Amino acid sequence: MKATLAIQRGVPGETPRLESFEVAFEHGQSVLDGLRALRLVADPSLAFRFSCINANACKECMMLIDGKVDYACTVRLKEGVTALAPLPKKALIRDLVTEIAPPDERLWPRA
Amino acid sequence: MTAAANNDAMAPTHIETDVLVIGAGGAGMYAALEAAKAGASVVLADRSLIGRGGATVMAQMTVAAALGEQTPDHWEYHLSDTLAAGRGLCDERMAALLCEDGPRRLREMDGWKVGWAREDGHIKQAQAPGHDRPRCAYVDFLSTGPAVSRTLRTQLNNANGIRRIGDLMIVDIALRNGEACGATALHLTTGQAVTLAAKAVVIATGGLTGLYRRNSASSNMGGDGYALALRAGAELIDMEFVQFFPIGHLAPRLVGMDPIMWDPFRYKLGGKLLNAEMREFEQDYATQDTRSDGRYVLTRDLATYAITREVEAGRGSPAGGAYLSFQHLPEADIRSAFGPVVDRLAANGIDLAKHPVEVAPIAHYHMGGVRADETLQTRVPGLYVSGEAVGGANGANRLSGNAITEALVFGAHAGRNAAQRALQSSSTKWQPQAAGPTLDLLRSAHKRDVPNLAAVVAELKGLMADLVGPFRTEPKLRSAIKAIERLKAEIGEVPVSSAAVFDPVLVDWLDLRNMLLVAQSVTVPALARTESRGAHQREDYPGLDESWGVNQIVALSNGKIELSRSAPVTGRAAA
Repeated sequence: MKATLAIQRGVPGETPRLESFEVAFEHGQSVLDGLRALRLVADPSLAFRFSCINANACKECMMLIDGKVDYACTVRLKEGVTALAPLPKKALIRDLVTEIAPPDERLWPRA
Repeated sequence: MTAAANNDAMAPTHIETDVLVIGAGGAGMYAALEAAKAGASVVLADRSLIGRGGATVMAQMTVAAALGEQTPDHWEYHLSDTLAAGRGLCDERMAALLCEDGPRRLREMDGWKVGWAREDGHIKQAQAPGHDRPRCAYVDFLSTGPAVSRTLRTQLNNANGIRRIGDLMIVDIALRNGEACGATALHLTTGQAVTLAAKAVVIATGGLTGLYRRNSASSNMGGDGYALALRAGAELIDMEFVQFFPIGHLAPRLVGMDPIMWDPFRYKLGGKLLNAEMREFEQDYATQDTRSDGRYVLTRDLATYAITREVEAGRGSPAGGAYLSFQHLPEADIRSAFGPVVDRLAANGIDLAKHPVEVAPIAHYHMGGVRADETLQTRVPGLYVSGEAVGGANGANRLSGNAITEALVFGAHAGRNAAQRALQSSSTKWQPQAAGPTLDLLRSAHKRDVPNLAAVVAELKGLMADLVGPFRTEPKLRSAIKAIERLKAEIGEVPVSSAAVFDPVLVDWLDLRNMLLVAQSVTVPALARTESRGAHQREDYPGLDESWGVNQIVALSNGKIELSRSAPVTGRAAA
């Protein structure tokens, strides 16, 4: 089976660009599995946060998946297009990475 | 970006503190709390979010301590079991510290409302393999690690004097006259270099299971703390002993859960390990294998051996492991033991009353680690270590339940001792030159044509699993050493970058710099140890050789791995 991940990319101040990648998957695999595979075969510079990979313990892989805020590690890949974008209400850092740390856990706490 | 802005970005931000703690998992958070309690100012840095990465948060299992709440117990009994599991290689001071101080830490966590499961008003303690009595506390349902992490995060929020900084990847320990005086870091969200002056530094970066293809750790557990310690001049001990957890989840694909979740199911409900013929096989290995302790419940190293042997004999499950079946149990029993977890399994298409799952050994924990004295200080003055990153307490094989206990105990001791050292030092030993070589390294990063580094990381994990996994031979280990050398040459000595901020390519390069060094630190002593003991099993040298009752020590000398031997430390430390 093949999934197409349509990913909103870029840094603050740039017009966001949409890039689509096709990734092979097996039944049951997660969107995060797809993103990790994509770095290996297509573009290692794609930025997204994750730590625990599978356990839904770290809560770092939160992003906009088909318009809904969700965890990439628990949403399954599907055939056809899945749209991925950074969290809309958090400051963008790059690609799918946003500033999600509480202000007092940052190097420079922003107002 | 303008030239001026670019120059500003190159000037490192500088932070001063008494104690720098590297890694904000269970051990790092506990170290920070204890150091602050002792009156030191603390910076708690993590390359990821604070209190979200590492191993503790992933643990769905149990915490061993001689609380004696339901069955009489004494820490000396816990120590005997720990030393027996360690197959003669434990550092007794470290193991005694772990066992004696464990109950105090669990009770402190209880006071902080971690929520240990209770029965008749007592903390409930489960029986786990290798323990002589029920000794393992837990939080229902499969929530031990998340509950421990949440409790420590709450304590951090309420503590004074601890500055928490996430997205900060420590690249090197800074040294002055051979003493630790801080560190140099990369701030991922801005791409800037950061220098940190500290009177004492605590490495709390966890283990190295991220070096293996299938593992139960967070993505950042590639052993970076071992590399930091080695390059700073510290020694590593017992690096050949990587623990494989025998029944890691294999199939069907299970998302939203920790792959080592099946142990609590087995403790509570039983659960049968079956081969492709749907026949139970654990008993075969408990009675016939010379390494067996003769008990029905196999310890982790023996269960890993049993499953691997069944797969090799052509009796594996379709995905290459064993079946784990709960089909003999009434559905209501499964529901009452694991309540909400049953629904999470159903969402993954798993119905334990109807179908077995497939399990296989998975890299889980590292017995080896940084060599330290009983104050948790390494041979580099001012450089401390805590949690899984510490070597020695567990020898050749760790008892189940000892990992979170050691995170809490060693975290507390390292934090307190680091604070004492910092408070006794009148002035900082920091000098800007201490960060010089690392800043130069970061500045030299540039875009260039190299193999896909994410794929190189995957290749390294594959070769460690295939050649330096639970069962080893001289040819496999020699070809691993060669492959690691080839990958070192492939990545080169100059970092690769792809973007100005949050650059995963630069992170992969810096990770590989550490991972390849640590992979060597495992493989070289594994080749030298021509016997089988605990988690180190040589197919070409089956059986334990008494003359190998020594620890192997890894150090770095002019950039080369240097191996030596040392008799295990006996005697006790005062907790």
